Formats: sequence, C-alpha cells, structure tokens
Amino acid sequence: MKHTLRQVFQSGKFLIGFSIFSFILLVVIIYPRVITDPPLQIIGQGTFFPPGLYVNVYDSLNTPYYTLNLPNATRNRIASKLSDEDRQAIKEWLTAVGISEDQIDVENTAQLLEQWANNYDPTLRVPGMTNARRNYFIRLNSSLSRLLATEGVSIAVRNEETGELEEIGAVTQTDYVNASQVPNVRLLLLGTDNFGRDVLTELVVATRVSLLIGIVAGLVATSIGLALGLLSGYVGGVVDDVITFITNLFIVIPSFVLLILISFSIGQNQRGPITIAVVIGFTSWVWTTRAVRSQVISLRNRDHVNLSKLSGYSIVHIILKDILPYIASYVVMALILQISSGIIAEAGLSILGLGPRTTEVPTLGLMLYWAMIYQAHIFGKWWAYLPVLITIALITFSMNLMNTGLDHVFNPALRD
Amino acid sequence: MSDEKKLCLSGKGVTKVFGVGRRKTVAVDHVDFNFYEGEIISIVGESGSGKTTLAKMLLGLINETEGDIYFQGEKRDIGSHRKKKKYWKSIQAIFQDPFSAYNTFNKIDTVLLDCIRMRGGGRLPHEQKVAMMTEACSFVNLKFAELTNKYPFELSGGQQQRLMIARIFLLKPKILLADEPTSMIDACSRATILDMLMQLRDEIGMTPIFITHDIGLAYYVSDSVYIMEHGRFVESGSADEVILRPKEPYTKRLLNDVPKIYEEWDLSTV
Ligand SMILES: Nc1ncnc2c1ncn2[C@@H]1O[C@H](COP(=O)(O)OP(=O)(O)O)[C@@H](O)[C@H]1O
Ligand SMILES: [Mg+2]
Repeated sequence: MKHTLRQVFQSGKFLIGFSIFSFILLVVIIYPRVITDPPLQIIGQGTFFPPGLYVNVYDSLNTPYYTLNLPNATRNRIASKLSDEDRQAIKEWLTAVGISEDQIDVENTAQLLEQWANNYDPTLRVPGMTNARRNYFIRLNSSLSRLLATEGVSIAVRNEETGELEEIGAVTQTDYVNASQVPNVRLLLLGTDNFGRDVLTELVVATRVSLLIGIVAGLVATSIGLALGLLSGYVGGVVDDVITFITNLFIVIPSFVLLILISFSIGQNQRGPITIAVVIGFTSWVWTTRAVRSQVISLRNRDHVNLSKLSGYSIVHIILKDILPYIASYVVMALILQISSGIIAEAGLSILGLGPRTTEVPTLGLMLYWAMIYQAHIFGKWWAYLPVLITIALITFSMNLMNTGLDHVFNPALRD
Repeated sequence: MSDEKKLCLSGKGVTKVFGVGRRKTVAVDHVDFNFYEGEIISIVGESGSGKTTLAKMLLGLINETEGDIYFQGEKRDIGSHRKKKKYWKSIQAIFQDPFSAYNTFNKIDTVLLDCIRMRGGGRLPHEQKVAMMTEACSFVNLKFAELTNKYPFELSGGQQQRLMIARIFLLKPKILLADEPTSMIDACSRATILDMLMQLRDEIGMTPIFITHDIGLAYYVSDSVYIMEHGRFVESGSADEVILRPKEPYTKRLLNDVPKIYEEWDLSTV
C-alpha cells in the first residue's frame, strides 16, 4: 500500500496534475478566508468594468498631494488620449485637405495638433468619406481639446446659501496621491461581470461549488456503478441479466439528453447545486457499472477467490476483501474521471439554462451562462468568461493528468 | 480388503457445459467414478481435457450441469453457505498456479489464521495460534518467524506451494484435491512437494486426489488412475492395470509422451 502510494507520487504526470489540483483547492479554501465579501454582492453600477485597481476619486482629493516631476508624465497623458491610430487618422484628414505628406510628422504631437486645429472643419465634406468616418473625426476633435493644456484644475464646492462656486483647492499636472493613503481602493483583478459583481470573488466561490457538484456527482455515479457492477458481476444469473438490461437501456439513451430531461422536469425552483449533482450522478454510472462488472467476472474465477471460499468466507467478505482491493485502483480512476466530467456536465446544463437556480450560489456553468446572455464574448469582455473557461480546463486537465499517472502505475503494460 | 473399502467421493454422469448455443463447450462429459478412502487417486489427461473443471465441481466451487456427486456414500448437499462450509472442512485443494492462488493484499499470517479459524480455533489464545502456525510451517520446512508479516508474493513458487501444504496441514481435511501441484514450479522443488504431500497423507490420514498431465507421475504415486480425454474418462483402474497394460490408444499416446526416465518400466513390462 505504502509502496504503491510512493510509486504514484513518483509519476511525473500524477505529480503535475496533483500540484495543479492542490493549488486550485488551496485558493478555493484560503481566498474566502482572506476576502470575506459576499461573493454575489453587486458592487458595480453598470456592466463589465475592466480588470484593474479602482481608486476612489473623492478620497484622492482629500489625501496629501506629492509633487513628482516624472519625465514621461506628459507623454503618457497624451498617449492615453491620442493613440497611434488617431495620429494616422489626423494625417489622413490633413492630406485629404491638401497638405503635402512631408509637412506632416505624426510623432510631433504639438505640430500635429496645431495643423489639426488650423485645418479641421466639421462642416467640410471630404469626397469619398463615409458618414461613420465623419462622426469619428467629430468625436476625435472633441477629445483633443485641452490635450496640450498645462494648467491644473480647480476644486470647488457650491456655497449652499449663495449657490456660487467657491474654490477650495487646485490640482496641478504634477500632483500625485499615494494610493496606500487613499482609504478606499479596490483591486478588481478580473473586473466585474454583467451584474456588477467582482468576477474573481465570484469565480473562487463558483469553483468551490462546481468542485462540490463534481465530487457529489462522481461519488453518486461511482457508488451506483460499483454496487451494480459488483452485484451483476459476482452474483451473475438473473441479477446480472436484469442489471445488464437496465445498463443497456441507459446506454441507448444518451446520458446528456436524460440529464436535460430530468433537470427540466425538476423545475427551476427545486434545482439546488446538490440536486443537480445527484441528477448528474444518476445519469452517468453506466460505464462504471459495465467496467466493474467485466473486471469482477474475470476476478471471481481466480484461484485466490476459490481459496477464500474454501476458507469458509461469505460472499460479502469475498467481495470486500478479495474483489474490491483488486479493482480499487480502477474505481479511484473512474471516480476522478466522473468528478471532472460532472463539472463539465454542470457547465453544459447551465449554459442551456438548466443549471442550478441562480439566486444563491454561483457555479462555473452559471458564470458562463450569464457571460453568454450578456454577450461578453461579442463585446470583448474577456474577463467575464475566459478565466472561467481556464478554470474548467485546469480542473479537468489536472484530473486527467492524475488519472494518466495512476494508469501508468497500475497498468504496468502502459509503462514505457 | 476390498470389502472394507469405504467410498469417500463418487459420481454418476457428472457433466459440465460452459456457455450456450454455438459457444457451448462440454468440459466434463458424463463421467462416473468411485474414489475410496485411503487410496491415492490420479486423474490424468492432456491440457484442456476438463480436469480442473471436474476438480472444481468436486470441490463445490462450481455447480455441475448434470449428474450427481456423492460424498461418503450419500448424495452431496451443499445448497447453503453453512453446508458448503461444513463440506469444505472435509475437502480442500491445492491449486496449480501458486502465484495466483493468494490474495496479494493478505499477509501469510492471514492465510494460516484463516485455516485455524476454519477448524474452529478462532478464539484460541494468540500464543497457541502462533505455535500451530509454527508447527505447520516447520512441517513444510519453512520458518514461521521469517514469514510472519510477509506477503505470499515475496516467496518463490516452491515456497508458496509449500505454504499451501502448510495450510492443508492445519486444515486436516479428509480429501485433498491437488490440481497439478507441481507443474508451475521448478524441477528441484517438485520431488519435495510430492514427498511432503505423501508424508502429510500418512500424518493426517487423508485421501489425496492428484490431477496431472504426467502419466509417469501418476504411476509413481497412485493406487487408482482415471484417464481423461475431452471431458470423458476413457480408461480407469489400478495404476498397474492402466499404465502397464493400457487398452486405449489415448493412454498409449500419453505413455509415449513420457520422458525417457520412466521408459525403463515400459520396456521391462511390455
Ligand atoms: N469458466 C469457463 N468458461 C468457459 N469455458 C471454460 C471455463 N473453464 C474451462 N473451460 C473450458 O473447458 C475445457 C476444460 O478446461 P479445464 O478444465 O481447465 O482443462 P484442464 O484443467 O484439463 O486443462 C477447456 O476447453 C476450457 O476452455
Ligand atoms: Mg487445469
């Protein structure tokens, strides 16, 4: 036993899979203890805020200002407003109104903007220019105003009595606040989703729930598969015929179709994550049953089983001590596969809108479902679905790696 | 002497059919036999002639398709687990392949303790059990102190087969079915194993039934010989009768296949 375990942990594939899986587990366990926010709390007013560090503006104004003369500050500021694409567009306009190309330098921001200010005319109709392009130039023009301004801005409050603005401070272009002195800063590593919920916090909890669904589904499927397989294989006769008949019935009906039908008939309100897990388990025990049955059939005629019979042991003892240990490694592998396919089955169901009801907990499938409904993939809001897909891929990949590693240890014929 | 002979195991029309339809195999085909207490019996046949299948039916490990088996003159009744257990106190086996005969997850101690428990000694004090196991092991030239907490697969084939005999020593059955007990182990161990089995027979007074493909060996050890071909007993009788004056061509062919070392007897008697 110890020897086998050591062998298992010497398998590179198993080790990699195990490390990835342990890492995911650790994150799932530790993260909620550190970040205790409710995972489904709506914090963002609006959909799909991009990932990043969010610093409270109001608080920033009230923290000490530090003057930093950083050489690239102006360039960075302009670049954030005036992209290379915009510079090319300006050049396109200028050449269209008759300025020769060698007079235009797209890198010289000041000259470019001056030429633009002198030559841009929103009422001018350039031949061959589409309406959309014209609107683009109008937008560009308004964003360019004050781009080269060097003065700061004033901070003013409205006097409640007179209704006048009274200046209470000013911010210059070289003023900085220290982010650690701003009382309200929120890191949204993966931005927010369509409801304005923190995607990372949601993802961690969703991973935990999905793993739970996978484990429950896997345990249900493997227990049913194991029990029926042992019974059918060892007892044989009529029992075997009946079980084989049921198994064949389940094989003819694709399990996913069955899953959809059952989930649908349960109804939205009854579909908690555990219910879904049990339903997934109930529709995926077939292959375990078949495999266990065929292994038991080949084991039950072995001489070590005969020896156990001759030693007066009961059927139960023989199944537990002389059959089960021989198929234990296989059952563990089947369980791992069932867990990972359970997670995928939940995702599949949820994408169809047949997953767990959505109000209580997130699951990986539900996150994908909402991202899809709000067309995150079309608008390029990758943070709403890509991390979910990567998580699913990592979980199944790590489990399959562990399985391959186990296979190499338990089936010496596969070793190279 | 023949008046005193007591039947221990006999059969009428014992048949075993595997599978149905086109995949039907008649492994044992209406065999009749009378095994007497105290005799040494051999069942001889080529590989695939149905010897192991017959042995398993005699042991009650598989059901016969047709025919009746009688134990000590009465129709055998092993319908329930309790009756089977009682039957197995009287009849035990040694299997052909020692490497697959032990549960790889059980220690040697478990194998031997099972036998003590089978004989009703499950509640004996531990020291007494150890003494019994030590005695059984030393009977087959093994040292229990060296074997305890080891697994059977850590032993050589010959040692494993000797452990099987130690098992029989503890169980003290009336009948022992030895299914090619020496065919899977090295030549040096063979004679030892046979010697030990014969010695055990004298010690506990059991009736051994040897199953073998080696007609020379059958002649060497047994009183009665049954020759098996394609599931049927084609010839049977006392060892001298069958082997020195074979009637069936099949028996003659088996005799021709015997290595030269036995040929002396053939030449001197034919
Ligand atoms: N469990 C089984 N199922 C189907 N056929 C079997 C089974 N066991 C044995 N047989 C067949 O029965 C015949 C006799 O086998 P066996 O009794 O093992 O012969 P032997 O021990 O003399 O070599 C063989 O043809 C074998 O293929
Ligand atoms: Mg055989």
